[in-house]
Amino acid sequence: MADTNNPTPPKRPLVEVRDLNVNFVSREATVRAVNGVSFDVMPGEVLCIIGESGSGKSVTMRSLMQLHPKKRTRITGSMRVGDHDIMALSDKEMNAVRGRVISMVFQEPMTALDPVYTIGDQIAETVMRHEGVSKAAAMERALELMQMVKVPSPERRLKAYPHELSGGLRQRAMMAVALSCRPALLLADEPTTALDATVQIQVLIVLRKLQEQFGMGVIFVTHDLGVAAQIADKVAVMYAGRIIEYGSVKDVLLKPKHPYTLGLMASTVHGQNRDQDIDAIPGSPPDMRFLAPGCSFAPRCKLAQPECLASFPEPNDHGNGHMSRCFRTAATTPAMEMGIA
Amino acid sequence: MTAQPTERHLQPVPPGDNNDRGGKAQPLLIVQNLQKYFPIRGGVLNRKVAEVKAVDDVSFSVMKGETLGIVGESGCGKSTLARLLMHLMPRDKGTLVFDGDPVDEPHGITLRELRRNMQMVFQDSYSSLNPRLPVVDSIAYGPTVHGVATSEAKIKARGLLEKVGLRPDLFGGRYPHELSGGQKQRVNIARALALDPRMLILDEAVSALDKSVEAQVLNLLGYLKRHLNLTYIFISHDLHVVQYISDRVLVMYLGQVVEIGPVDRIYNAPKHPYTRALLQSALEIDPEHRIETPPLVGDPPNPINPPSGCRFRTRCPYAEAICERETPKLGKAAENPAEHVAACHITNPVAGHSMAGRTLQSLPVEASAPRALAAAL
Repeated sequence: MADTNNPTPPKRPLVEVRDLNVNFVSREATVRAVNGVSFDVMPGEVLCIIGESGSGKSVTMRSLMQLHPKKRTRITGSMRVGDHDIMALSDKEMNAVRGRVISMVFQEPMTALDPVYTIGDQIAETVMRHEGVSKAAAMERALELMQMVKVPSPERRLKAYPHELSGGLRQRAMMAVALSCRPALLLADEPTTALDATVQIQVLIVLRKLQEQFGMGVIFVTHDLGVAAQIADKVAVMYAGRIIEYGSVKDVLLKPKHPYTLGLMASTVHGQNRDQDIDAIPGSPPDMRFLAPGCSFAPRCKLAQPECLASFPEPNDHGNGHMSRCFRTAATTPAMEMGIA
Repeated sequence: MTAQPTERHLQPVPPGDNNDRGGKAQPLLIVQNLQKYFPIRGGVLNRKVAEVKAVDDVSFSVMKGETLGIVGESGCGKSTLARLLMHLMPRDKGTLVFDGDPVDEPHGITLRELRRNMQMVFQDSYSSLNPRLPVVDSIAYGPTVHGVATSEAKIKARGLLEKVGLRPDLFGGRYPHELSGGQKQRVNIARALALDPRMLILDEAVSALDKSVEAQVLNLLGYLKRHLNLTYIFISHDLHVVQYISDRVLVMYLGQVVEIGPVDRIYNAPKHPYTRALLQSALEIDPEHRIETPPLVGDPPNPINPPSGCRFRTRCPYAEAICERETPKLGKAAENPAEHVAACHITNPVAGHSMAGRTLQSLPVEASAPRALAAAL
């Protein structure tokens, strides 16, 4: 969200997304995956987008890289990254931006890395493609990158194929590929979800350190509130293709305002009393093909009123850039005191 | 269908289980020295060149009515263990005793009987259902195989659907692809319950679900356990979920049990350095307390050629020469379900470890890193 009354000195955001709508069109139905999403990312800031599957978090991020099939996708709104207007870029121009200005880390490194090339070749390829240096110089850079992402015995690992590495090392190798041209913006799509807890925390710490070192902007998509607490500066909570709460990580996770955020925190198992049921959100997310008007969370919301089904709520400002979209904000605070969070 | 069978099934069981054979104190399942090595074949003659020690000398028992949580990193043998218990693959060695009866041995119960009493729910809810059968038929399939008339099995299946929170007339006729992940997992649970089992093995059964759905399914599992007198083995990598659902926890590392005990004692005062590191890696929803240094470095070693002695010594901050020479054992105490034991030389006063007899809590978290490094080299 645009922080118009943000006290920090006015800096130009690295990413500006305004009123982004993404519809997937097929003969049977139109899936309204993203509905009017706007946000900014400042340089050197980590934005975590939290949401359940189908909430549109990955779709939002992939739009920034133009990764959606053109024929079947309708995108409206505006997206700017650095000096690039993403909507106006041709395929060729986009190829120059991908990897150089924006790069991406995926959840499953085994499918994102090419199985028939060594790790070193894959890092070097990106460097040579964007910077036009020799293979030897690119390999040197690859070695440096492997050291940066803390891969043990990097010389040996450069000559390894993806299948020869463990999950954690593969994910680090993919980070090395993504960081090879020092992008201004890194998109991370659940990069640690498939990893074990002990390895996940190692990768998160490395990512955080490199982000600070390079001053990169990062958009990190996750469904895990614990991961967001570990890495985010700002958090955006998405539900049914809309950002329903946004703010600094401390505001959103420690003082959540939207009933969905509250419900998500109550549903996430973290040391609840074993003798009691978890305070689960009833029902399931809406079908994005037949999205009703009004607040999409209202059918599952304990606090819903008839007005919630009529129109989509405008943002409420809670100060310090903390925003939520709910008609019943006044009622969420008593609900919290009853022990939802 | 009439609501009558549903009502009958929903009634809480009376105290004392009709199926109980061994009595209250008899563990429902005793596992002794279970072992499974997977051969790796190679060379011209396709001979065995190495083996993966997936499950190596694992012993534990599961009491009646409890939930035993099994945690560990991927590749530690959790799922292999579950498949061995279900006899989905043959074991190399070891004995299973189900409620006092040895399994698949003379004078014991047959595999068929074991599978009626023990059922499993898998992580991938879609691939464990037949895509070409309506879900009510999938649920009724098991009882039909075990000799129940088709019409009766279907009535039962509809009752089970109701029990797991799906309206039978709305969902019974649907195919798996017409259901959401959470609904499919509910169907899988109903399918597992179709034979009135006494034990369910839940292998990462909630891991693939969204958090809000996961909470619903966990509540459902709690409800079913209370009403159907079930015993669970709950395998998961999510340490928060295991803490919530388990009565006792078993921690595995590279095919071996490293620690077992009541959940609160393990979570509050772990005895094995690996358990402590694992628990410290679980992320809290608290942005004010971030983890700055990873509790463990590196990945688990290759199970094809595990380290000698204690398998954790290559990543352990307290590793000493003794850890390389001798394999720490859980000991006989592990058979007592109230006991909290760890396979670590530090817990054994006579093993010869310099920190022997001290509690893990009294030791510095980051002991001498050079020593750990020296042990690794």
